Amino acid sequence: MKVFITRRIPQEGMKILSAAGVCKVSQWDSDEPVPRTELLRGVQGAHGLLCLLSDKVDAEVLDAAGPNLKVISTMSVGFDHLALDEIKKRGIRVGYTPDVLTDATAELTVALLLATARRLPEGVEEVKSGGWSSWKPLWLCGYGLSGSTVGIIGLGRIGMAIAQRLMPFGVKRLLYSGRSAKPHAADVNGEFVPLDALVSESDFVVVSCSLTPETQGLCNKAFFSKMKNTAVFINTSRGAVVNQEDLYEALTGGQIAAAGLDVTTPEPLPTNHPLLTLKNCVIIPHIGSATYSTRGVMSALTAQNLLGGLQGSDMPSELIL
Amino acid sequence: MWSGRTALRQLQRIALAPSGVTGGATAKMQREMSTLQRVYVTRQIPPEGLKILQESGQVQFELWDSDDVPVPRKELLQKVKGADGLLCVLTEKIDAELLDAAGPNLKVISTMSVGYDHLFLQELKKRGIRVGYTPDVLTDAVAELTVALLLTTSRRLVEATHEAKTGGWGTWRTLWLCGYELANSTVGILGLGRIGVAIAERLAPFKVKKFIYTDVAPRPELAGAINAEYVSLDELAKQSDFLTVCCALTPETREICNESLFSKMKKTSIFINTSRGGVVNQEDLYQALSTGQIAAAGLDVTVPEPLPTNHPLFTLNNCVILPHIASASYTTRNAMSALAANNLLLGLRGQPMIKELKL
Repeated sequence: MKVFITRRIPQEGMKILSAAGVCKVSQWDSDEPVPRTELLRGVQGAHGLLCLLSDKVDAEVLDAAGPNLKVISTMSVGFDHLALDEIKKRGIRVGYTPDVLTDATAELTVALLLATARRLPEGVEEVKSGGWSSWKPLWLCGYGLSGSTVGIIGLGRIGMAIAQRLMPFGVKRLLYSGRSAKPHAADVNGEFVPLDALVSESDFVVVSCSLTPETQGLCNKAFFSKMKNTAVFINTSRGAVVNQEDLYEALTGGQIAAAGLDVTTPEPLPTNHPLLTLKNCVIIPHIGSATYSTRGVMSALTAQNLLGGLQGSDMPSELIL
Repeated sequence: MWSGRTALRQLQRIALAPSGVTGGATAKMQREMSTLQRVYVTRQIPPEGLKILQESGQVQFELWDSDDVPVPRKELLQKVKGADGLLCVLTEKIDAELLDAAGPNLKVISTMSVGYDHLFLQELKKRGIRVGYTPDVLTDAVAELTVALLLTTSRRLVEATHEAKTGGWGTWRTLWLCGYELANSTVGILGLGRIGVAIAERLAPFKVKKFIYTDVAPRPELAGAINAEYVSLDELAKQSDFLTVCCALTPETREICNESLFSKMKKTSIFINTSRGGVVNQEDLYQALSTGQIAAAGLDVTVPEPLPTNHPLFTLNNCVILPHIASASYTTRNAMSALAANNLLLGLRGQPMIKELKL
């Protein structure tokens, strides 16, 4: 059977495919995205397509592939790049990679929270630019987690994993909000509260919810105005949950102390965006799941999903269409 | 915005407002003042400590009124003459020269730090001078910053913020800016004290597989709290995915992190030092980082401090350097200030200090 792979992927996945010995692999062997014309040519006659979130898989690609195509396996947990209606219509199965990235993403969220609260990027800059003259009692002081109240918006798998990692830092209260209370919240002494209470009582506000019509633009002027002016805001969910103009105003107007973002609108964020000029705003380029081991596991899972689809058997992680 | 200096200066003005002890005193006040013990404070310490000294009614104090510039040596030697007590920070070397300059009245040194490598303990002991310091109140802040530095180093946050600012951020790529996870790792602690334990407690929920430590001798009580195994220094180097240095600086630990240690470490390992710069041989560290002997390093302490901006370590993408800010949280620095002030006052009254260093 013929398979097209749209990018160079970690070795873990490649080994699984070659060991299975059921498919002939053709691949865009680069770290950069496959050009559209190459993609349309490469998928012709393919039984399976292994892709990334930068590849738009729409009717044009599906038509170019032809009737052999039975499985699309994406190396991502997001699937907004897949035209699901078209795929379902053609009876094609879809594999994706939830869960395996929870630890890496929770770890990155805590890393971002700590780096923002303790002003690490500022510290690094001062050291490089000659701003460091000697030990000073009040220089670069930040806000510690000890004795604080943390509010997590969306206590799903990632939200829980974040809460568990914050517990030993001496957090006094763990608040969370969402559509409903979660039984597993008891493991972190989580208190289910209305969003307004979370926003006004938290020293650290962490956004961990999925992007839906309800959460789009949730973090806006009203939201930031209710926060403490010593509070730190962290978003590693989706950029569109935040109104970026309102965030800029809140940061420059002293409404909140600082913010850390791993996701923005758009991505990449243009280098002349005002948020990038602020000392109290830390922005990183969507690296939540970026560890060698997690990307290796994602690669392996993607390959296994693909094989399951090729062989008409179970996939470890199938997206129900 | 960060509420740093402006707000705190306002607090300081309130704390000191009632009367300037060092100037404008009436004759009556001067007579009263002459029965007060004399104290020199080598820096503008955070408001809580100054307030405690001010309101004690026990001391008259002079202050080097700068938060960011250390007192020049000449000034210090002049001002300590005849002092009963000295409240200092870690930038002042308290050696024989200074103690001689101070003279026989000096009974108490109170340092606003947990480290005491700036204090010449033999000289102090010889003269019967008591020493106060500030352990415990800064443990949380230091452990928190150490974990912050470890994660910033292992997940490459400095490179990441740079890429976001300078246009390196393109489309999503599978291995771009990948780092090393704590999950399933072995964390090694060089020097298991209060801070080492606090660091391990914070790392545990990241699914660390194993904690190991080395020290001059096993520390069963501390190790038991974090389920850590005692190993030799060599084994610590060989087994650790993350190696964090938490020991005091002593003649035995000076440059203990050198070529011998780095050469035994894994190529994928992360080295973190928030103890004292003198524990690391920086040339050897540079070699280890630039040749790929270890993956990356994060330092909050260096030799000297500040590190000159043309130091080779700054040319490395895999070396994160911070300006000694481990205890830099508002609450912690104020707590240290208060503790240092209280240690000083208690020592001067001949009473047990809250935290006294056994000489």
